[in-house]
Amino acid sequence: MARATLDARRLLCPLPVIRTQERVKGLAPGDTLEVTCTDPGALHDIPAWCRLNGHLVTGTAEDRPSHELVITIVVGGTPSK
Amino acid sequence: MNVNANGAESMPGVGRKAVALISGGLDSMLAARTILEQGVHVEGINFFTGFCVEGHTHAIRRRANGGGANPRNNALWVAEQLGIQLHLIDVVEEYKRVVLNPKHGYGANLNPCLDCKTFMVGRAREWMEEHGFDFIITGEVIGQRPKSQRRETMPVVARESGADDRLLRPLCAKRLPPTLPEREGWVERDRLHDFTGRSRKPQFALAADFGIEDYAQPAGGCCFLTDRQYSSKLADLWKSRGRRDYELDDIMLLKVGRHLRPRPHFKVIVGREEGENNFLSGYRGQFVHLRTVSHPGPLVLVDVDGEPSDEDLHLAARLTARFSQGRDAEQVEVEIGGGGRRTQRLPVAPMAPSAIPSDWYV
Repeated sequence: MARATLDARRLLCPLPVIRTQERVKGLAPGDTLEVTCTDPGALHDIPAWCRLNGHLVTGTAEDRPSHELVITIVVGGTPSK
Repeated sequence: MNVNANGAESMPGVGRKAVALISGGLDSMLAARTILEQGVHVEGINFFTGFCVEGHTHAIRRRANGGGANPRNNALWVAEQLGIQLHLIDVVEEYKRVVLNPKHGYGANLNPCLDCKTFMVGRAREWMEEHGFDFIITGEVIGQRPKSQRRETMPVVARESGADDRLLRPLCAKRLPPTLPEREGWVERDRLHDFTGRSRKPQFALAADFGIEDYAQPAGGCCFLTDRQYSSKLADLWKSRGRRDYELDDIMLLKVGRHLRPRPHFKVIVGREEGENNFLSGYRGQFVHLRTVSHPGPLVLVDVDGEPSDEDLHLAARLTARFSQGRDAEQVEVEIGGGGRRTQRLPVAPMAPSAIPSDWYV
């Protein structure tokens, strides 16, 4: 299973979601994508997008000084709608 | 209404697929739900133009929500409530031609609403064709919007988008000629609606019928181009550059902070709160930036045509001090960095509010 990363820093929602959507298209079920972003709205929007599209958020972490957020997704982690 | 032998409402749309333009507001939500009720498979589409209030900075969401801890993207939220998939599409580049050269002109501000609607329905038509869907749904209501949702403009959007009679407006369909989905029996016309005008009461009643209690009601519409102040900033951007064009960063920065143009060749963008300062800090590599070091204060970006002079920087520093907590102090120390310059500190007297001409505010 591949591990991929996406740099969505400085992007404002919904762009982190759109970039995540584009990146996930190139991944296979079971692959992991780690998205780094700075818009706190992504903490709500990316998990919402994942729920709609059958992916699983396995972790979120925040780096206080840099305001960076890391959201980890397992592609196809839940049954697709 | 057709009822089957079991007394249940019929589902004429089973096997048919519709793509719904989902803005995140109530009307598009009700339109999609109305068609879902008839058994049609519905998926949502949401376009990111760069001007969407929906896609605004979290910093501003925080301010608008009074510090609320649960900001959300309403289009995604609506899709979850409806139980449909949502496709978010970045149309920033394509959308420039709509903003820069609208065939039908602008509304009260720089809002090209009719061209915008035509563009979005046209893109939805392309998506429909690429994905084998049958028709398009919008939440339009005749008379709801003065520019784009009038009886005369409804056929214009259908025609110029190429959607023609595959464009169904479930909330006002009964006031319009039957579309292909109605004529073919994919949806029952008598289960569509006849809403008209600016009153929201029919929508609220329908929401109640559907048991929908929570929905977004953006006070200023869904697009920054309808906002007078935002349009003024965009016009100022074009004027200062001597050309009508923009990049995504330009139009995002117009959403954030106070914008003051003390000289024709430069303006300053002053963060108004922590979230905006955080957002602006992401641009420090691209802009000369200032911050007070002797007192708490905002982050300020200098958007300048060419190199700022020492006089420009001194003026920017005094403005930075003005919006800091040292505004009443005799002297405030301001740090200036970025733009390939050596970081320097400059002690300045804060500019008095009365010394800032009102026409500096963009």
